[in-house]
Amino acid sequence: MQLTLWTYEGPPHVGAMRVATAMTDVHYVLHAPQGDTYADLLFTMIERRAKRPPVTYTTFQARDLGSDTAQLFKTAAQEAYDRFKPKAMLVGASCTAELIQDDPGGLANALNLPVPVVALELPAYQRKENWGASETLYQLVRALSPRREAVPRRPARERKCCNLLGATALGFRHRDDVTEVTRLLDQLGVDVHVVAPLNASANDIARLHQADFNVVLYPETGTQAAAYLQRAFNQPMTRTVPIGVGATREFIAEVASLAGVDAATVQAVLESNNARSPWYAKSVDSTYLTGKRVFVFGDATHAIAAARIAHQELGFQVVGLGSYSREQARDVREAAKLYGVEALISDDYLEVEARIAELQVELVLGTQMERHIAKRLKVPCAVISAPVHVQDFPARYSPQMGFEGANVLFDSWVHPLMMGLEEHLLTMFRDDFEFHDGATASHLSHGGGQASPNVSTVVSTAARPADVAAPVSATVLPAHTASPAAAADTPLAANSAQWAPDAQKELQKIPFFVRGKARRNTERFAAERGLATITVDTLYDAKAHFGR
Amino acid sequence: MNAVIPLHPADGCASAPVLKERGQREVFCGLTGIVWLHRKIQDAFFLVVGSRTCAHLVQSAAGVMIFAEPRFATAILDERDLAGLADANDELDRCVMRLLERRPDIKTLFLVGSCPSEVIKLDLARAAQRLSTQFLPRVRVLNYSGSGIETTFTQGEDACLASLVPVLPAAAAAEAPSLLVVGALPDVVEDQFARLLAQIGITRVGFLPARHSHDMPAVGANTRYLLAQPFLADTARVLETRGAKRIAAPFPIGVEGTTAWLQAAAAAFGIAAETVERVTAASRQRAALALQRQRDVLSGKRVFFFPDSQLELPIARFLARELGVQLIEVGTPFLHREHMAQELAWLPSGTMLSEGQDVDKQLDRCRAQRPDITVCGLGLANPLEAEGLTTKWAIELVFTPIHGYEQAADLAELFARPLRRAALLQHAQAA
Repeated sequence: MQLTLWTYEGPPHVGAMRVATAMTDVHYVLHAPQGDTYADLLFTMIERRAKRPPVTYTTFQARDLGSDTAQLFKTAAQEAYDRFKPKAMLVGASCTAELIQDDPGGLANALNLPVPVVALELPAYQRKENWGASETLYQLVRALSPRREAVPRRPARERKCCNLLGATALGFRHRDDVTEVTRLLDQLGVDVHVVAPLNASANDIARLHQADFNVVLYPETGTQAAAYLQRAFNQPMTRTVPIGVGATREFIAEVASLAGVDAATVQAVLESNNARSPWYAKSVDSTYLTGKRVFVFGDATHAIAAARIAHQELGFQVVGLGSYSREQARDVREAAKLYGVEALISDDYLEVEARIAELQVELVLGTQMERHIAKRLKVPCAVISAPVHVQDFPARYSPQMGFEGANVLFDSWVHPLMMGLEEHLLTMFRDDFEFHDGATASHLSHGGGQASPNVSTVVSTAARPADVAAPVSATVLPAHTASPAAAADTPLAANSAQWAPDAQKELQKIPFFVRGKARRNTERFAAERGLATITVDTLYDAKAHFGR
Repeated sequence: MNAVIPLHPADGCASAPVLKERGQREVFCGLTGIVWLHRKIQDAFFLVVGSRTCAHLVQSAAGVMIFAEPRFATAILDERDLAGLADANDELDRCVMRLLERRPDIKTLFLVGSCPSEVIKLDLARAAQRLSTQFLPRVRVLNYSGSGIETTFTQGEDACLASLVPVLPAAAAAEAPSLLVVGALPDVVEDQFARLLAQIGITRVGFLPARHSHDMPAVGANTRYLLAQPFLADTARVLETRGAKRIAAPFPIGVEGTTAWLQAAAAAFGIAAETVERVTAASRQRAALALQRQRDVLSGKRVFFFPDSQLELPIARFLARELGVQLIEVGTPFLHREHMAQELAWLPSGTMLSEGQDVDKQLDRCRAQRPDITVCGLGLANPLEAEGLTTKWAIELVFTPIHGYEQAADLAELFARPLRRAALLQHAQAA
């Protein structure tokens, strides 16, 4: 048993739903109790899909357990076929139905439906959402692809074509990534044969094998199917995920070698690209980004990509990197080594919160969970990965991949930060009555703008607005979660160095968003030297000592 | 479909036929109740013993993720628990221990059963007893099932309150009669009812659930209870076993319902109807005025209810009788004829009632009727809007203060707003 407050991923059958819902003519019959239909609202509310997910639930109840849940499944599957006339059916069980062992695959086969039926075995007590999506796509590809003996040799084409694999419903910016990568491939003279599973039909899946190679957009959901296609049909696949300028260039090189694109075309694409982010990062106003302490957390693909961009393309310092994707843990650990940090592989939200608080970061690149952690700790944050929120489906075009994606990332990561000159002015004129601690940067109109000038109030209450309803939580959280931030501006325990009043006053002149760090560093400095009192000099000695 | 002239028009729908359906039910399970119960009882914690699906459901149920330090969590069963490799009881104790360390402010801990915990027959009642023995007097541990195989949406609250009843303090036999208002109400509504009941002259009033564990009301043979929510069948049954007697009444939805509800309470305490009339006069007048504006928008509009919370009948009755709405179909997950007796009598004769669900068939009926407003769950709302039907999220009827006089117009507004909005957007698009 694992005590869980929040979960990064849903159960594996939700992953299967993401595949079924992405497709145009596949129906999923899910043996599941009443209540599991909640998953529909992920698609209709969060993603604002205009159609119900193509899922029929058996919604069995306690009274059915005594009688015949297997018959219930057969009836539901037959009626679903009759009503929706899908071109292929997925059948499976959710966590509860897994326990009653009705064998949806066997039951569905007994119906002799005139379409392919793919039975999914998704162990709900072992696996999670992304694994479920990956497995579902793989099983569909395996079941719907022709026998390899029956497939003629691929013709040698003038213009090469590839499949884009891994984009699903409820995916983080998948819609726009597909558009962006398709455009990029077109510039290289490569056609997209099939995108799957997003907007694919069962028939599209059956003709995946005709393409020259596969582009794996999201390894979490696409690699397993691509590896099968490689084995069965000798279709190579890409390894680079084109998130960030550097990765996009590598991706172009990889595609060029797979598709035999000539050097002149590659050069033309690299030169004609619309990447503004490299110049923006180089422009002098970006100097203030140098060495900002960044914590990165998300699914493996997005976290690894974000860390690389943060380090190489924006000049941040990656002080933490983690992922909830256990299946890709090895890749994340490898990436973390590049930045000299230890990867945090965890789906325990409390552990992530503790790590962020402990690292005294200046920017969080995370999921919606980390956005809330960052809000509490009063640290800027940009969302880089699922789990998705309604805000992650913007009305505008907003890819993460390709050169335009890199532009989007530059904007969405840099905007939450205090702008360069404003930061200087805040530092220079601490006594300006409008620069009180509650005032946020002028471009951030919400969040603490009207808070009281007393900083400890700002940090411990305004940063936790939700606690109005839960007043107890701030005080009872163990020291490793919320307290480091809350404690940043409150005196330490009696056994450490005491702040002299003038030093305390000097400390208040440091902008609140770095004051916690200044206090910690100074206290650490004093403790290491056995100082009983922290004076103004101690403060500046520590500053000189830790200064970068 | 309703061409037959009803035989007993005066009875409303008291003897009307009900379409009973058993197919796919597009409803939440009882775990969802945790979303409001954990805020209502301020020192209670809800620990679901279930799967990742349960955790994902509770986190997604409100339509948004709530990121306040929640007073609920899930102990997620894994393979080891199922294979019997780990002693489920030891594992549960470990989770509870960790939880109570984190939250020393918790006074009541509910172990909430789920579909998987019910199917593997994890005995949470025994576990609750064992843990109670260990943690009392600091923490009382109770259990109930919010599983989808046993409970539909608001029935989770019913199960929760029913689990509280056996541990309510005993009212002395010699004590004067007291009134117990049953069902979680928004704090503001509870306060309004407390004021009105006091003014009417009922002095000994308790609310179940109370906001704090140490304030839970006493119950005994002299307790008369009044249901504030229509989905509390089990709680009512357990209250009866402790000697409490139900005051039959409609539900306090709309002006008419609220007045009748208060009148029923007054009558049970021997207070004259005139007193209630006098005390409520100002509120009734105010509500009537506020409703007038909404009636202009809603009168004659055709409304279709998908089943959701069991609040459908009282709300439909209010819409029909106070706002002139035409009811196309009123679906409810479960129809408790005894508790709903007055509501059924008040519904216009010939109203089509359905119990249970076969969602695809119900969608066919709904599309064929093309109602002006369709009340449905979050999974259906946007798809129906995309088909050109105006919808009202049913869950908002549960998460908004709607009971009592001062909220009657707010409830009407929940129905009027989608219509006004649809009209506004049409204007904007036409311009």
